[in-house]
Amino acid sequence: MNPPSLEVTGVAKSFGSLAVLTSVSLAVGAGEAVGIVGPNGAGKTTLLDLLTGTGRPDAGRVWLHGKDVTRLPPPLRARMGLGRTFQVPRPLGDLTVFENALVGAMRAGGMRGRHAYGAAYEALALTGMTGQANTRSSALRLLDRKRLELARARAMRPKVLLLDEIAGGLSDPETEILIETIRSVNASGTTIVWVEHVIRVLTAVSTRLVCLADGHVLADGRPAEVLASDEVRASFLGGGVLGGGVL
Amino acid sequence: MTAPPPDPLLEVTGLDVFYGDFQALFGVWMSVAGGRATALVGANGAGKTTLLRTIAGAQPPAAGSVRYRGRDLTGVPPHRRISAGIALVPEGRRLFGSLTVEENIQVGAAAAASADWPLMRIYDVFPMLARRRGQRASTLSGGEQQAVAIARALAAAPTLLLLDEISLGLAPRVVGELYQTLTALRAEGATLLIVEQDLRRAMAECDDLVCLLEGRVALASPVPAVRREQVVAAYFGEGARPRSGGAPT
Repeated sequence: MNPPSLEVTGVAKSFGSLAVLTSVSLAVGAGEAVGIVGPNGAGKTTLLDLLTGTGRPDAGRVWLHGKDVTRLPPPLRARMGLGRTFQVPRPLGDLTVFENALVGAMRAGGMRGRHAYGAAYEALALTGMTGQANTRSSALRLLDRKRLELARARAMRPKVLLLDEIAGGLSDPETEILIETIRSVNASGTTIVWVEHVIRVLTAVSTRLVCLADGHVLADGRPAEVLASDEVRASFLGGGVLGGGVL
Repeated sequence: MTAPPPDPLLEVTGLDVFYGDFQALFGVWMSVAGGRATALVGANGAGKTTLLRTIAGAQPPAAGSVRYRGRDLTGVPPHRRISAGIALVPEGRRLFGSLTVEENIQVGAAAAASADWPLMRIYDVFPMLARRRGQRASTLSGGEQQAVAIARALAAAPTLLLLDEISLGLAPRVVGELYQTLTALRAEGATLLIVEQDLRRAMAECDDLVCLLEGRVALASPVPAVRREQVVAAYFGEGARPRSGGAPT
């Protein structure tokens, strides 16, 4: 059997006396779209940092395609097929949409020449940005900046793509377009691990939901089941939602 | 014939707020009656802090209005809103760490609406701050710092007090003490709008509940009239999508 695309085993991380992650284990299989939710302070961003290599765990290991990458810096993980988007996309504003995607293919993906051009074109087609290939990225509206961020990350042809809170701030019709875009990236064979506050959007794409709370995995399963769990609801809302509370 | 409801102290209608082209509020509608405590709840990123900041004048809306005592506050800068009786206790306290407790409180009095809250009266409410009045704010505990932030807002003698996540990072006992203080303020006629993560506490301490979801009002109701399932559905966005711009029924 193939090893998981991305896996953490027993990772822990503290900042001073504050234990942000206590012991988290999680395996993501090829092609999955896994959403990560949790209340403020649950450790979502810290986990994402450990996955990308921005942060190192105090204990535990991070595995990419069965290889131990715990001590590998972000650029080397990228060359092994790990991509990411940023919560606040910062496209190179003077460059066109195509040129931005090309930078993703060449810099993060290490491709050259026609391979890089091909990967950039493919990423634009997949994210619906082909029509704006020659638009300067500084002229894009929010939805298209988000789609460009996906295209830039997809242009390196990652096997696993980490998404960091990409859904906020859009109107309803724009949100639908973004959902379709992420679906097509996932359908192209890219495994997705996604930290997001906008739960409606997350559950529209994810096949699996993981709820972090107080630095550990509180629930892991089908989105509807995870969201229906009393423990998950209580972690978001405080104690009051359970039977016998003030409600 | 029934009497018409009293005019609300605060009325927010059709608020659209953007950060650049990121839309944080979509046609938000709410009203707060004088003397009542309203809990503002919702997930991360739902727009709670943005709504408080817009009411305080720190964030200009792209559309819609904030009316206070029947007066449209559009274009009224934050310091004039303070003088009109609206004070904000911001998330994360935002104290001046190098100033003393008393100096921090006096900053709040600079644009005070009235002289109703002299230092001595504030120290009656927060005896622990009286003992630490000459101490630098940066040397206080989290709960004490939060008390200073509330005291600084009180020094402005507000009619409407906006409180953003005063419980964040504090021990339950300290949070309980802060809420006791708020109860005392309400007894003196203050109107409160409180962002609170803990739904149990929000519903125990407040008269009304407003739940935001993705920048829209998903639920607005007096606390006794709301059912548990309604709040949970509004919080997680289950069932019908909230409409932008309309008052929830």
